Amino acid sequence: MTAGAEAADVSPSSPPDDAQQILARVDSLEKVFPGAERPALANVSLQIRAGVVTGLVGPDGAGKTTLLRILAGLLLPTSGTARVLDRDPGQAIETLRGALGYMPQKFGLYEDLTVQENLDLYAELKGLRGKARVDTFTRLLTFTDLTRFTTRLAGKLSGGMKQKLGLACTLLGTPKVLLLDEPGVGVDPVSRRELWQMVRELISEGNAVVWSTAYLDEAEACDQVVLLNEGRVLFTGPPSDLHARVQGRVFLLKGGTESPRTTLRKARRDPSSLDGVVQGNSVRLIARAGATLHPEQYGVSPEARLGRVAPRFEDGFVDLLGGVSSAESALAQAMAIRPSDGKIAIETRALTKKFGDFVAADSIDLRVERGEVFGLLGPNGAGKSTTFKMLCGLLAPTSGEAEVAGVDLRRGRSEARQRLGYMAQKFSLYGHLTIAQNLDFFAGAYALSGRKKAEAIARLVTVFEFAPYLHTKAGELPLGLKQRLALAAAVLHGPEILFLDEPTSGVDPLTRREFWTHINGIVERGVTVLVTTHFMDEAEYCDRIALISQGKMVAVGTPDDLKARASTPETPEPTMEEAFIALVQGQGPA
Amino acid sequence: MTRGLRRLVALVKKESLQILRDPSTLLISFLFPAILMLVFGAGINLDSSIVRLGVQNQDGSPSSLRLVDTFRRTPGFRMVEGSSTEGLADGLRAGKIQGFVVIAPDFGRQTLLGSFSRPLVQVITDGAEPNGANFVAAYVQGAYGVFAQQEQARRGYGPRTPPRSFSLETRAWFNPSTKSRNSLLPGSVTIIMTVVGALLTALVVAREWERGTMEALLAAGVSRFELVVSKLIPYFILGQLAFTLCVAMTHLLFEVPLRGSLSTLYLVGSAFLCSALGMGLLLSTVLKNQYNAAQAALNVAFLPALMLSGFVFEIRSMPLFIQTVSAIIPARYFVTAMQTVFQAGDVWSVITRSLFGLTLASVGFIGLTFLNTKRRLE
Repeated sequence: MTAGAEAADVSPSSPPDDAQQILARVDSLEKVFPGAERPALANVSLQIRAGVVTGLVGPDGAGKTTLLRILAGLLLPTSGTARVLDRDPGQAIETLRGALGYMPQKFGLYEDLTVQENLDLYAELKGLRGKARVDTFTRLLTFTDLTRFTTRLAGKLSGGMKQKLGLACTLLGTPKVLLLDEPGVGVDPVSRRELWQMVRELISEGNAVVWSTAYLDEAEACDQVVLLNEGRVLFTGPPSDLHARVQGRVFLLKGGTESPRTTLRKARRDPSSLDGVVQGNSVRLIARAGATLHPEQYGVSPEARLGRVAPRFEDGFVDLLGGVSSAESALAQAMAIRPSDGKIAIETRALTKKFGDFVAADSIDLRVERGEVFGLLGPNGAGKSTTFKMLCGLLAPTSGEAEVAGVDLRRGRSEARQRLGYMAQKFSLYGHLTIAQNLDFFAGAYALSGRKKAEAIARLVTVFEFAPYLHTKAGELPLGLKQRLALAAAVLHGPEILFLDEPTSGVDPLTRREFWTHINGIVERGVTVLVTTHFMDEAEYCDRIALISQGKMVAVGTPDDLKARASTPETPEPTMEEAFIALVQGQGPA
Repeated sequence: MTRGLRRLVALVKKESLQILRDPSTLLISFLFPAILMLVFGAGINLDSSIVRLGVQNQDGSPSSLRLVDTFRRTPGFRMVEGSSTEGLADGLRAGKIQGFVVIAPDFGRQTLLGSFSRPLVQVITDGAEPNGANFVAAYVQGAYGVFAQQEQARRGYGPRTPPRSFSLETRAWFNPSTKSRNSLLPGSVTIIMTVVGALLTALVVAREWERGTMEALLAAGVSRFELVVSKLIPYFILGQLAFTLCVAMTHLLFEVPLRGSLSTLYLVGSAFLCSALGMGLLLSTVLKNQYNAAQAALNVAFLPALMLSGFVFEIRSMPLFIQTVSAIIPARYFVTAMQTVFQAGDVWSVITRSLFGLTLASVGFIGLTFLNTKRRLE
């Protein structure tokens, strides 16, 4: 993963525009936390300009939050300098109070205070009062569309409204520099779009906005991007510069394929291919610089068309990191093939879960065939996790029926559970146990014993190359290995159905590729995969998707099908996110 | 108002709103004290209404028989005559009697001669229960006093020349009816104030860290002074209300006489409250986690207040080491001061000493909280 470090030096950066005043900058910044193996930030330099949204982009643990906290004066750099409006934020936090707005990741709102009381508090803290305060409140409440909710407790707001209120509180005192730490997390696509519109308006008034995100699609919306990975800057410049790196090397292989996963696997054997992912029924490929792809080797029929497409931010990121090496899943090769018999793996009829008056899942009807990757797509709080937990037998439905692996969940929940593997959203591993102990525990939990258990563990240790880390505590593993271990724990007992809850949110693209290589591999061997995600990209790796919004299933279909349904003359080829918004709004006011 | 003051007011207002919206805070501040006062006031009674007392008369002289008779006629005793010291000791061990009296063989002769070179009456009590033992000893002394007076009257001694041993007379000062409730209830206020002060404040700073609001406050440039004081003020008021509830229940419901002044009571109460609030805030500030802070508050504030304050267990009957430890527990000074103000009045020599200890503790805890309050996240 160190390949990216050298790539950083060759990345193009835009020439500074004199019209854009630099409001904040860091130079050769380093931050080392006591006891940490590597610095949280190493030799980071960047400028934040007025009238521009600067995207601070990178996977979890890249150092985004640390950098923002240093700019907000909440952490001091180990070496190097940070300047905000020509002052050192670490020393001049009181002076910068009004001019600097920082919105932490966890909102910073008091959930037991109303919207108005939160605004009042922060207005007082920033010394805003009198007529200016009344005017600001009116402006911000209109801006955020929260006027109707002033007497509501902040804790009772939706994720999107909380973020808007957090933004409003940050905007009190009209700061020149706004630091927003992952404002897009936990926000539905419609609210996210509104947040972006608000931020656009702010920069048009000459402010500087820093928007940090782990979503690479958000990076595309930024004017300037600073791409961080493992504490280092991989790239600085407008997203188009990153696109330019891979311009002309990104292809979509459409049609002529039985299964895009098989095609992808074959395509990845082509030494000319740098990267590849499934996109609906097509395969998205990046060719190595100067190399030509050989689609004729991918086992596709003649009607397959290989066409150049516009690069995405993620393509550039992968290219910076030097591409992905794993083409084959050792896990899949170690698994027995289950004959694809066209049987139904999961079927629900009017599955409903109520918590008091609140209907978390409302009459969900699903049919998932064996060997299919089925996605539940929706924002946080939409009801996908509830549906998911009912299907895993972790939550009893209020009404309706569900059959998983041929077992009626009302009768044989524990029987069904033996046949499925579950990977929870946050790695549900025991951080204080070593890899060996974790595997041993999970094997025991799935009732494996004796020779069977030893074989299962030995197989996974080989497959995932755990040998050097067997006695390392899970909590101390790098993210990629944690992800592998979580997957290993879920497939120890050879499940028929694998449940993945937000499997790759916040991980870097290489880890995500590796993960999906395994998933694609085991699906080819007949395992059924049910995955929840709020990642629009990830949704495209699925065979079929169910869109979930406010407890209801809005639409089901293949990714291509859903996008086609949302196609309009204005946007003939909508992205997954645009399709989601269109289909949810097409339901009428919910 | 200056800017800083306005910010402080805003923070205090925020904290107060949070208190009012959180039912658990109000339950801990008012319901918990009320229940505890009821338990201590009505449920626990350290008085032994009837003392089962063993008596062994090794003498048999007329005056010794009269002494035994006095014990028999004293209303608080149910007397058991024993034939041997061993038998009575077994009875004490088995809990059948709470103490016994041994009258020496030459009791009659010695008292007649007026020679008191060695003890003539021995009282054995169960030292494992110091409170009970004290009561038994006091009762026996009381009964002995009655006997001595009668002897004087019989022999026509003038009141000016009483033999020294016969002058023995116990008067339970400060608590003439020797109701343990009168000393227990003022002491139990200590426990309640410790919980209201330390437990509630232990949660509040940690809560800000856990919910991420601390980061937002720091980013908004809130100063250390504003942070600490804005936490102290609302909980100080809440604590005073809980204190008032306790005092009212003690005095009005359980009719414990208040001999000192209310102003002294509140002075001492405020000093203690500051130390308890300070301790809670310190724990919360250092631990930054509500669960850990609550556990710590229970262990370093509540339990010592219960065990080592002299509220239930007499400090003087503890080992010297534990006595030394108890000197750094603020609750100890508060118990002394409360019991003094309720039962003896404004005895300034005692109260000044307690106030000194409490002020020192308050300054120490709040000072440490201030020093540990960070302006940054590291």
